[in-house]
Amino acid sequence: MKRNPSIEIGTGLFVLLGFAALFFMATQISSHGLEFGRHDYHLSANFDNVGGLKAGAPVSIGGVTIGRVETIDYDSTSYKAVVHLAINQRYDHIPNDSDVAIYTAGLLGGNYVGFTPGGSVTNYKDGDRVEMTQSAVVLENLISKFLFDKAGQGAKKE
Amino acid sequence: MNAASVTTTLAKFGRFTLFLGRLVAGVPSTLRRPRLLLEQVHMTGALSLVIVMLSGLFVGMVLGLQGYDLLRRFGSTESLGTAAALGLLRELGPVITALLFAGRAGTAITSEIGLMLATDQLAAMDMMAVDPVRRICVPRFLGGVVSMPLLAAIFATIGIFGAQVVGVAMMGVDSGQFWSQMRGAVELRDITEGVVKSLAFGIACSAIAVFEGYHALPTAEGVGRATTRTVVNSSVAILAIDYMLTAVLL
Repeated sequence: MKRNPSIEIGTGLFVLLGFAALFFMATQISSHGLEFGRHDYHLSANFDNVGGLKAGAPVSIGGVTIGRVETIDYDSTSYKAVVHLAINQRYDHIPNDSDVAIYTAGLLGGNYVGFTPGGSVTNYKDGDRVEMTQSAVVLENLISKFLFDKAGQGAKKE
Repeated sequence: MNAASVTTTLAKFGRFTLFLGRLVAGVPSTLRRPRLLLEQVHMTGALSLVIVMLSGLFVGMVLGLQGYDLLRRFGSTESLGTAAALGLLRELGPVITALLFAGRAGTAITSEIGLMLATDQLAAMDMMAVDPVRRICVPRFLGGVVSMPLLAAIFATIGIFGAQVVGVAMMGVDSGQFWSQMRGAVELRDITEGVVKSLAFGIACSAIAVFEGYHALPTAEGVGRATTRTVVNSSVAILAIDYMLTAVLL
């Protein structure tokens, strides 16, 4: 069969472009594309109420994302939600009396887990459980509390 | 619908499944002759580049405009990058590329094989103990399967740049917000969803195109009808598979 260099060049260009596009998508468009050799350590925390928290939500300290929510389970003995966190090994200096809370990013944003650092000299290790937790703020509870407060004030005045 | 048309439809499905089996069985022998595959990747992939890139650019620009107008009503135009990227990567990239592929490359494959059939070239091959399915059909099938994900990736990437051109350069969305919000929201899972979809569309479109060509009536009219059927069946298959894959992968 006769070799036609223009076919080879065209195909080569096409395949190269295709893989360049795939590489661009994986590295530039997505946030955590290629993270080879990434090591996580795992913490867990019990919450009364996780609100709208989902697996994959970010875990942050001071706004910096340091890990992700891995899974959310339900503990049927303590009646609490157990949130498992995977935290990047780079951030292994978190005092072991830090407390953790579930926040909402913006008014309509998704939920995330935020650490507030404590003052202890020892740090959290792989497999530790965070004792001090603060549940998600459920908007409905907040509104009903506000309304009942208002109603109470109205009653006092009379 | 009477019983006869039901049985013919069923028989066609059966023939298609068996033919798909023959195509898959012929894949190793084609991989031993990469020259044939290269020619088909050139035919279906490289020559579709221009139409795919142009369409990607315009679809991205339309997404930029429509997305901007929609998001402005909610006061969150910074999310334009996220909206455009997710739409292109997960849905529009694979689906529109596959529809273009069916129209551009699928019809070419069907009419080529149909004409070979009508001019007895396939019968001649058979006489020379060359399996026409392995020599003609499998390279075209495999070429389409290889080309489709690459074409869809190029489509999505160009589309995101199109959206960026409209959103950032024309509408004044902040360029940093556009990219950083996109990076924050798009996950590797979204990209794999697009690749899995385009791979499935590539298999479906190429198999339908080759099947219709190989089973065309060996007349001028028959080849014409087979080409029409390729476009119709591919389009329906693409959209049906798209729904199923979206339901599974979401």
